[in-house]
Amino acid sequence: MLINEFLLLGAALFCIGVYGVLARRNGVMVLMSIELILNSVNINLLAFNLKHGGDVIGNVFALYVIAVAAAEVGVGLAIVLLIYRNRRSIALDELSQMKG
Amino acid sequence: MLLANAVPQHIAFGLIAAVMIVGALRVVTSNNMVRAALWLVVVLSGAAAQYILLAAEFVAVTQVLVYVGAVMVLFLFGTMLTRGQIGHERDLNNKHRIIPGVVALMLAGILGYVLIDAYHASKLPDAVPVSTDKISDSIFSTYLLPFWALSIVLTAAVVGAIVLARKD
Amino acid sequence: MFLAAEGTGEVVLKSGWFLEHAYIIPVIPAIAFVLIMLFGKKLGWVVGHGSYFGIASMAASFVLSAGCVIQWIQRVNSATSGEGESALGRTISAVGRSLVPMAEGGETKAYISPVIKTFAWWQSGGTTFGIGSHADGLAIMLIFVVTLISTLVQIYSLEYVRGDRRFTHFFGALTLFSAGMLAMVLAENTIQLILGWEIMGLCSFMLIGHWWEERANSEAALKAFWTVRVGDIGLLVGVTMMYFGAKSFSIDAINEWALTNPTGTRVVFWTAMALLAAVIGKSGQFPLHTWLPDAMAGPTPVSSLLHSSTMVVAGVFLVARLYPVFWVGFSIADGGINPLVLIGGITILISGLLALVQVDIKKVLAYSTVGQLGYMIMGLGAGAWTPAVFHIFTHAFFKACLFLGAGSISHSASHHSFDMKKDMGGLWRKMPWTFATFLISTIALIGLPPFAGFFSKDEIIDNAGHNGYQAFMVIGLIGAFLTAAYMSRTMYLTFFGTARGASAGLHADPHDAHGAAPTMEPIEEYEADDAAHGHAHDTHGAHGGHDAHAGPHESPWLIVGPLVVLAFGAVFAGYLNAAPFGEKWLRFEKWAEPSAVGKTFPELSHAEFLWSKASISIGIVLAAVVIGLGLSKMVYERKFLFGLTRRNPVAGFVYRFLWNKYYLDWLYEKVIARGVAYPIARAAYWINQNVLDGVVNGAGKFSVGSGRWVYKWIDQRGVDGIVNGSGMTAKGAGSALRGTESGRIQQYASLLFGATAVAAIALVLYVQAK
Repeated sequence: MLINEFLLLGAALFCIGVYGVLARRNGVMVLMSIELILNSVNINLLAFNLKHGGDVIGNVFALYVIAVAAAEVGVGLAIVLLIYRNRRSIALDELSQMKG
Repeated sequence: MLLANAVPQHIAFGLIAAVMIVGALRVVTSNNMVRAALWLVVVLSGAAAQYILLAAEFVAVTQVLVYVGAVMVLFLFGTMLTRGQIGHERDLNNKHRIIPGVVALMLAGILGYVLIDAYHASKLPDAVPVSTDKISDSIFSTYLLPFWALSIVLTAAVVGAIVLARKD
Repeated sequence: MFLAAEGTGEVVLKSGWFLEHAYIIPVIPAIAFVLIMLFGKKLGWVVGHGSYFGIASMAASFVLSAGCVIQWIQRVNSATSGEGESALGRTISAVGRSLVPMAEGGETKAYISPVIKTFAWWQSGGTTFGIGSHADGLAIMLIFVVTLISTLVQIYSLEYVRGDRRFTHFFGALTLFSAGMLAMVLAENTIQLILGWEIMGLCSFMLIGHWWEERANSEAALKAFWTVRVGDIGLLVGVTMMYFGAKSFSIDAINEWALTNPTGTRVVFWTAMALLAAVIGKSGQFPLHTWLPDAMAGPTPVSSLLHSSTMVVAGVFLVARLYPVFWVGFSIADGGINPLVLIGGITILISGLLALVQVDIKKVLAYSTVGQLGYMIMGLGAGAWTPAVFHIFTHAFFKACLFLGAGSISHSASHHSFDMKKDMGGLWRKMPWTFATFLISTIALIGLPPFAGFFSKDEIIDNAGHNGYQAFMVIGLIGAFLTAAYMSRTMYLTFFGTARGASAGLHADPHDAHGAAPTMEPIEEYEADDAAHGHAHDTHGAHGGHDAHAGPHESPWLIVGPLVVLAFGAVFAGYLNAAPFGEKWLRFEKWAEPSAVGKTFPELSHAEFLWSKASISIGIVLAAVVIGLGLSKMVYERKFLFGLTRRNPVAGFVYRFLWNKYYLDWLYEKVIARGVAYPIARAAYWINQNVLDGVVNGAGKFSVGSGRWVYKWIDQRGVDGIVNGSGMTAKGAGSALRGTESGRIQQYASLLFGATAVAAIALVLYVQAK
């Protein structure tokens, strides 16, 4: 196997995820796109792990990424739920209180 | 690496990767939230398969358990709690999708160029499965501190999610 | 795959294509499920909106199962044909194992090894998880029943759910459900067993909640799912314990480990207890039986499939499959009271009493299923393996037939109502086929001689007494009495007496049918009935065409056909193991009972059939039928004893106690669930208010203090000058860039990623240029 196969797959997932984060209007959909990005990171971690000696470091960090992602989804969905409860909508482009 | 060994792996990789990319595109373009979530399941399962090709079996199993199992259930709950009806919705996307598209394409171009330039035909060594006990040894010795930090992050996330989602 | 060498006096066990490839059987419906979900709606009527895929796959699986049955019988015969002169002392080796045949009761039993196929499913950390098939008598008997009944139920569903808005999904879930059951039955190891088990849990959720628009239905689906999940924890714990005990997931290895028992009985005992929790949850045993009657909210074909051959049988199957674990763990051979037999006995009694007060015909049948499963569990607990497993076989036919019959009544006569007291009665003239099949199945259920139930149920009771469980023999007889009583009542209310409600043609609207004839109600528990109305319906949205029918009539042949096939089974299935006719008739025992005595199966003892013992139970059943029919006639027609529950406080209390199902639901929902969930929420809130706020406040105070210090000593003295200057610059730049500050996060993110990309491109260009 070539390492580039995995790295390019990771890059493609990353770019699709970035597109989703930018183009989606719905909060839940943005969170899903973030999951795509995190997975592309994991593929990279594991590919490089195999490339550089096949130690376990990459695996350990991939596991940490998965755990952090679970926490992120939990809190993220709670936030989305709160926004929905306050505004009856989770359209992110309606959230512009940060306007300077 | 023998060619005979490599060919099935290449085929498997290609098939799974194609399914993953199609799935990922459907995740970010589908107009139905539940469909998008189910496509995400496809992508995440595909990622688990790729981890196996990368000899990381334990990570693959964890991926299936945590992502495909737990996280997807969270997503489906989130979908149901924030939208009464399940079905097509028109306003899932922003009105202007050209800028995101351009940004994503720019990123794809530069990443692709850099990767091909750096690793054009660099081969991976033969995959030797990583044993689970090695991973656990590593987590509980070398990387114990990150593990603690992670435990605190998870606890904080649980408490935070309950606090945020509470009805007061 | 057989290593036995010919010519050395060893028996070569016959095998064949069907046995070797049994793993295909669950795969076919699994593929059909995918086809239904992908193409069912797109291809439309060409494939019957997906239903033809389902029926074809089940029929194909049925053919394969039938092939397995034939080849398994040949295999058993090939092992026992040479029995007699040369069998003794002969070493039989098959699949790499050899052992001296064990003598049991003077007769020699050869070791008939199961046909095992294993494929590596996945590997992790040096452990291989297999998937494959483990074909032996038990598994093959069950796959035959499951595929047969699944096929019939799907044919029946063609008519029953015609025009439903989720018709395709219904068939998809039904097919996947059967696939899950088949995968579990053929499981070669415990992991595969869990896989099938969980697929069934998921599908039962989808099917029970098929009409989820009604709140009661979706609640019933959730209840079924969560209640079974409570038990599933036990399954996971048990499988883990068995893995660390037997160092293997393989069923055979686990059974061997339990029998040879190198780790001590205590480990086996707790393993059996953990598995028992799973059995209680899945098979609806006391105290987790409450989900099963609520599961009646699903469409009737689903109830039929769930309650006859799949889902609830899974728990009993688990015990039968891993019998040595229970045998050793609960020391069944000793004849004391053990958890298995106790749970079964309690379940028989409470379900029989509950069934007596139900007005919904499906709920009567549901409680009857609970009770019959109690018989199976009790039989297994009392060492009566073969009768209990035979009861799975016979029960599947008549219970499926009873449920489908109830569905036929609601479909064609009572206008989608299942309320026996309000919408049924006097139907035997109107629906002769439904009546005949229902009657046959009822007699089979209550266990009268010529029909199937007698040969299995009576054997369980008989063997319980034979193995030293006399108390439970009595419970079994009381249970038989209760079963006969409530089934007589059901027969009377449904088919005899005067027609009431929808059956009398009063069906302007399905919902009005209940309130339409208050004067016709000879019912004493009038108040309580209203509570049942939400469940007593099978109304499904788009049921066009059928609403036009005038009064009750016989159902179309798509419904009657399966009924007739099943009634045929209810009559003749019992003759496979007809103990009263002597040894030769014990074919089921010969074919299904594992013969690896001492190796992977404990040695069982069988009771001798005696007409003197059987006549007691027949007498009890007949008495119960007479009493049941007589009381029903008196109470419901002649108004004798009318209003007893309101006049007599004791009778009223008993009735209310039963009507509220012993208040178990109330206990689970209000006390236990709330008692667990509420403190957690409280604790989280307390942590939030006291601990986290304290930390945040402390940190805030600290930063305020340090901020003041910094302000006083650094900011004011030195930095001001610099800041003022840079502030002016920033203000100018800020007003120039103000257009980009829309306050929208995603625009910021676009800028961020865009800038990163541009910077990266610039960097690459720079490096290339150098």
